[in-house]
Amino acid sequence: MSSWPRYRDDAAANEPAVTLDAFLDQPEAVAVRIEPDADVRVLVPHLSRLKLIEIAFPAYRDGRGYSAARILREAGYTGELRAEGDVLLDQIAFMRRCGFDSFAPAVPLDAKAAEAAMARWPHAYQRAADAQPPIWALRHG
Amino acid sequence: MYRYDQYDQAMVDARVAEFRDQVERRLSGAMTEDQFKPLRLMNGLYLQLHAYMLRVAIPYGTLSSTQMRALADIARKYDKGYAHFTTRQNVQYNWIQLKETPDLLADLARVEMHAIQTSGNCIRNISSDQFAGVAGDEVIDPRPHAELLRQWSSFHPEFSFLPRKFKIAVIASDADRAAMRLHDIGIRIVRRDGVLGAQVFAGGGMGRTPMIAPEIRDFVPEDQMVSYCEAILRVYNRHGRRDNKYKARIKILVHETGADKFREEVEAEFAHMQPLDLDPPRAELARIKAFFAPPEYAAIEDGYDTSDPDFRIWAETNLFPHKQPGYAAATISLKPVGGIPGDASAEQMDIVADLAARYSMDEVRVTHAQNLVLPNVRQDRLYALWQELDAAGLAPANLDRASDIIACPGLDYCSLANARSIPIAQEVAKRLAPIEREVGALQIKMSGCINACGHHHAGHIGVLGVDKKGVESYQLLLGGSAAEDVSLAKITGPGFDERGIVDAIETVTSVYRDAREGDERFLDTYRRLGMAPFKEALYDKA
Repeated sequence: MSSWPRYRDDAAANEPAVTLDAFLDQPEAVAVRIEPDADVRVLVPHLSRLKLIEIAFPAYRDGRGYSAARILREAGYTGELRAEGDVLLDQIAFMRRCGFDSFAPAVPLDAKAAEAAMARWPHAYQRAADAQPPIWALRHG
Repeated sequence: MYRYDQYDQAMVDARVAEFRDQVERRLSGAMTEDQFKPLRLMNGLYLQLHAYMLRVAIPYGTLSSTQMRALADIARKYDKGYAHFTTRQNVQYNWIQLKETPDLLADLARVEMHAIQTSGNCIRNISSDQFAGVAGDEVIDPRPHAELLRQWSSFHPEFSFLPRKFKIAVIASDADRAAMRLHDIGIRIVRRDGVLGAQVFAGGGMGRTPMIAPEIRDFVPEDQMVSYCEAILRVYNRHGRRDNKYKARIKILVHETGADKFREEVEAEFAHMQPLDLDPPRAELARIKAFFAPPEYAAIEDGYDTSDPDFRIWAETNLFPHKQPGYAAATISLKPVGGIPGDASAEQMDIVADLAARYSMDEVRVTHAQNLVLPNVRQDRLYALWQELDAAGLAPANLDRASDIIACPGLDYCSLANARSIPIAQEVAKRLAPIEREVGALQIKMSGCINACGHHHAGHIGVLGVDKKGVESYQLLLGGSAAEDVSLAKITGPGFDERGIVDAIETVTSVYRDAREGDERFLDTYRRLGMAPFKEALYDKA
């Protein structure tokens, strides 16, 4: 399944994302789909073989996926991290900061509006999973 | 006072631009109300019974004269000439037009204010002690720590879609004037072995299921306070209940998990986060602290003339001792008998701004009891100040007395309410005002529904309005406190109608007056005697 927008240069994984239970049973699987109630820390021993982790957002109000994404990046995951489902224009900048680098919104986003949303915030107050230095780091060098 | 630098200003300006764009999309029909709702809520804009309500953040309740004037201008320009100060030290406007809100937010941004995260399931405005910086009992001014948390929590990418709203209070003294332990996170800044840090409580709150926050950490050094809060928020974001909005606050998670198990999870997350460089450096806290350095006080002695008896009553009631000799912190009561608790007209706000400039080194505070404070008044100018307040109708001498009632807007404004609270508060104030000096310290708190915006669980006397088969009914509660002796009030028994509840409050007050020993407050007498004599007087009349 393809996704857009995508902020990676490598080729998208072609393998289908399987459920967490299936992934843990299949040593050859390289793509997994995570539901909001799953504990993503069970993936930590397997990160090196993963090419794609797709985190489901069945409803935009359920923000557990933001923590899941950061935990995966903090654990050193460098593969594709995709937000899938009820992903809205006004959330993708926060999602990027939490480490998502591809998006599969159930309702496609307008390209121009998405670009504007990504460029909206000149700075960030806190450190997250992206490379952006927090404002306190800008202040104190 | 904290002042924005280029970064703070750029973030607030970006928010205004974003909201302008969102409102345009809504007004043009490009966005449905359903899609727009979460976005407007992120900017403090609620759709109420009659119009939009906008809630403006007043971080830790501190305002400059310039900011107070701007709030008055907004009341005139976009509202009907009024504003309402809230129990979380914020200010609300009840008659706002959607199309004008972007201009309103731009006006706020010009005076370094905003409505960011004043609603929605995110970290809300950080509240604090209204006497921060002037109270003699504080370890340090807690506002720099609150400002550090304000910045950390603003536009937090991980914590903008929490299970439910999240409120943090920061204090720095043993006395609790901010209802700290009734917050999702309550922080007390303490000094241990010469080191400043935070004593952290989590899982307090009012609402349907009131809880007093247990201590989660006895001490975390101040330069790890941000990551400790981050750890608590992550545990809550991952594990807080999302199946039922009434069980989604962190208090339910802490209660169901148990404080010990919850603490273990937070500590594990905190340890995990330490290598991630999440905490601002000490230089950042030092930078913020410099904005809150004490002003240049005059070298004067304590003492002032109290020969005017009306002034003396006000001074005895509404003044708070200042750490600097010769100064006092004066509470401006927004509770005139028969008025609406917390309401101020644009003219009154202008007057307060002017008085703050001339008498209080340009500072005003908002209290969680919906009053205002001039924190830095020379004692030798108190009489002149009081005369000006009195002329403006701003000198009710009733701080912490029976007519100093906390009340939510109730059914008169709020779409959630089951019953009116303002008219009941007005009646109670009228009834008790003649005897309130003799009754002494008494906190009456009223909510028009079980969401408890009027803090009825924490009132010495609490009133909860409910809908009983289409009729407004009022439950009476006794024995609550939001202070350092925090406790939750208990329901006396069957509810009362609109007139009955006023009589009932008078009845329990009489029981106290007859039974009190020495200088006991109502609350002390209740704690000594328990519910029985009050219940008997209320219900055993036959």
